[in-house]
Amino acid sequence: MTLSGWLTIFLFVTLLTVIAIPLGNYMAAFYTGERTFMDPLMRRPEQFLYRIMRVDATKGQDWKAYAKSLIIFSLAGWLMLYFILRSQNLWSFTGLNPMGFHSAPWNVTFNTTSSFMTNTNWQYYGGETTMSYFSQMAGLTVQNYCSAAVGIVVAVALIRGIVSRSGNAIGNFWQDLVRTILWLLMPASIVISVVLVFQGSIQNLSHYLSFTGITGLGNQIAMGPVASQEAIKLLGTNGGGFFNTNSAHPFENPTAFTNFFELLAVLSIPAALVFQYGKMAGNRRQGHSIYATMMIMFLGAVIVAYVAEAHGSPAQHAAGLHTMVRAGSTGGNMEGKEQRFGIAGSALFDVVTTVTSCGAVNSSIESFTGIGGAVPFANLSASEVIFGGVGTGLYSILLYVLLAVFLGGLMVGRTPEYLGKKVEAREIKLVSLGILITPLTALFCTALATASRAGRASIDTAVTGSGPQGFSETFYAYLSQANNNGSAFAGYTGYDGTFGNGAGSHGITFADLLGGFDMTFARYAPILFALAVAGAMAGKRISPPGLGTMRTDNGTFVVLLIGVIILVGALTFFPALLLGPIVQGLTTHLYS
Amino acid sequence: MKKDIVTSAIGIVVITLLCGIIYPLLITGVSQVAFPGNANGQQLFVDGKLVGSKIIGQNFADVVKNPKTGKVEMSDGNPVTTPDPRYFQTRPSGTTPADNDAATSFANYGPNSTITLAALQSNISTYLQLNCPTTLTKSGGCSSWYDPAVTSAAQVPVDAADTSASGVDPEISVLNAHIQAYRIAAVRHLSLATVDKLINQYTFGRGLGFSGEPGVDVLELNLALNRI
Repeated sequence: MTLSGWLTIFLFVTLLTVIAIPLGNYMAAFYTGERTFMDPLMRRPEQFLYRIMRVDATKGQDWKAYAKSLIIFSLAGWLMLYFILRSQNLWSFTGLNPMGFHSAPWNVTFNTTSSFMTNTNWQYYGGETTMSYFSQMAGLTVQNYCSAAVGIVVAVALIRGIVSRSGNAIGNFWQDLVRTILWLLMPASIVISVVLVFQGSIQNLSHYLSFTGITGLGNQIAMGPVASQEAIKLLGTNGGGFFNTNSAHPFENPTAFTNFFELLAVLSIPAALVFQYGKMAGNRRQGHSIYATMMIMFLGAVIVAYVAEAHGSPAQHAAGLHTMVRAGSTGGNMEGKEQRFGIAGSALFDVVTTVTSCGAVNSSIESFTGIGGAVPFANLSASEVIFGGVGTGLYSILLYVLLAVFLGGLMVGRTPEYLGKKVEAREIKLVSLGILITPLTALFCTALATASRAGRASIDTAVTGSGPQGFSETFYAYLSQANNNGSAFAGYTGYDGTFGNGAGSHGITFADLLGGFDMTFARYAPILFALAVAGAMAGKRISPPGLGTMRTDNGTFVVLLIGVIILVGALTFFPALLLGPIVQGLTTHLYS
Repeated sequence: MKKDIVTSAIGIVVITLLCGIIYPLLITGVSQVAFPGNANGQQLFVDGKLVGSKIIGQNFADVVKNPKTGKVEMSDGNPVTTPDPRYFQTRPSGTTPADNDAATSFANYGPNSTITLAALQSNISTYLQLNCPTTLTKSGGCSSWYDPAVTSAAQVPVDAADTSASGVDPEISVLNAHIQAYRIAAVRHLSLATVDKLINQYTFGRGLGFSGEPGVDVLELNLALNRI
């Protein structure tokens, strides 16, 4: 561990907070129709979009209408993406397929399409070996925008439901969608892309470069429109890399500065949403208590990961390597990490992208130490409530907040209330289902995949060997997909090799389909429950707080909320975690 | 229902045009005008010929020829190579062949695996072999090491034994570079001070002074060596 490592972590959380507060205010403004500095630029395109999409944006929707629009729009996005990816060759006339890649097989495409629609961005394919520029731009980049926007609008709708004073309307889906893209995602992505190119990311449409190196070896360098996709991949907590090695690739993440900058891009919207919530609730302290809850759990995860990775791995020690910091060397577990990021930059990236649903990686999570690798597991086990994905994080933690209010109410023997609204049996049923559905899906899929021969085919035993790593891989795969994260213990595969330009390769149907189901079900079921909660809360009357009202904006509540999150996560996942990462973290034994 | 379907269908087409065509082409245009060097991958040329990208690592190795037939030895369709001692070596790579930027991949070596151990041992022995002018003895000894301070795994820097993430890491640690400098100086008949000076010239510090770790760009360093 080094001073600069700790300094990086400290400066990161400080800067994040400094960015998130004004961004949250800005978001609260444009979602509630107040004027912002973007209005002069975006009003006209906005009205134009409503006109051609035939939308009456002034009409509010109740939760059922909102949900229906959301589901049908997602389905349209799914069909469009599947069509673009499967017809990759057809689009070669655009000149955006210089390497002549064929489409991936149907099963891998099913998985990829579900993955991008659900903001998961799980990748069984390698970008630079299978995807044309057209697919990356018109297919994947578009869903990076849409899936992020869908996540955010659900959170906004839930906020409206909780704070609304009358009526059943929770907003208009089409208005929220268009405004999220025009006011937030598009302008921010443009700025981020340009900064990335300024730092060394590439952005071109050229054929890959071929050349002879100075020792006479033939070489190839991949090209492409990388920065534009990278920007929205981070901002929308999508995480699907242009290249197979994601943000470890120098063209996606060229310098130590971009590494820091990219992390800010990932967390800024999830963090800002919390402040937006406080502002829209008319009580900023409600936002602060949620922010404190997230930040405490986040810092805990970062510290554990950094210390574990700086210590080195059992395999390194068995090989006789010394892993302490030396002059000119970071030491630690550099397996699967890049020199320019070092241990702290890799550990921080790992935590930021697994607490959110981003799932981008700048290092190989599979190669993290047992405890270092248990951190992303723990983050996923907390169901993405530590900042979480754009939107998903806030609506998920609000479900936990209602649960905590309910438990608190039971303890003191009063009717639970949140922001003056009674939390009753119907809401708690919906909340419980919303919270439990993701872990249950993850565990069900993991069990199916480990118990069946077809599932075990995805474990690459040549690299993984036997022992707990194979289980960790499988568990991580379905946990990550259920939480729509998309990071991977990348030894687990659903795509059996790419041959030449993609012709003749085949997917592993079991892993592709089960993963696709895992992602889609665990995304849309909680969304429906969150919207249903929004609808149930929207119509409720607000009663003024009395003497016995449990406060939800102080330290006691933060402790209660952390307790509830850890309790639910631990009770659900502890047995499975014991079998994989914890076993590895507690032993120096090497498995063959 | 029907209205939602119509709106969704039009919506996804319009958003595809906006976010999938206009947006990336706009960024491409701006980048090609404002930062053409970066946008095209920081290509480096020698005598007008492309020799690589400044930020993509390469395998500085020679092909192995069969002593009898004179043919290049192949393994799985790729030539077998051996590190070229005249050049600084990049970090171990998980791609096939090594440092293949057209198909990057993680090595995915787990922390508690004998397969990882074997890979580390092989990387360490390659590194130590490069530090020795003659073939290593069976016990791993050497009569006169280039860098006398590096004689066993304990002194090998972790970045030289551990596989990089991208497989095309352009940088090595400063310690790694200074150890290799002994070999480079001896093989190229340069003074150690000259080589160390070049290393300092191509060392990139931390981002904004605090983020990440300093590293030495191997391709630029090797090109500079060739210019001496």
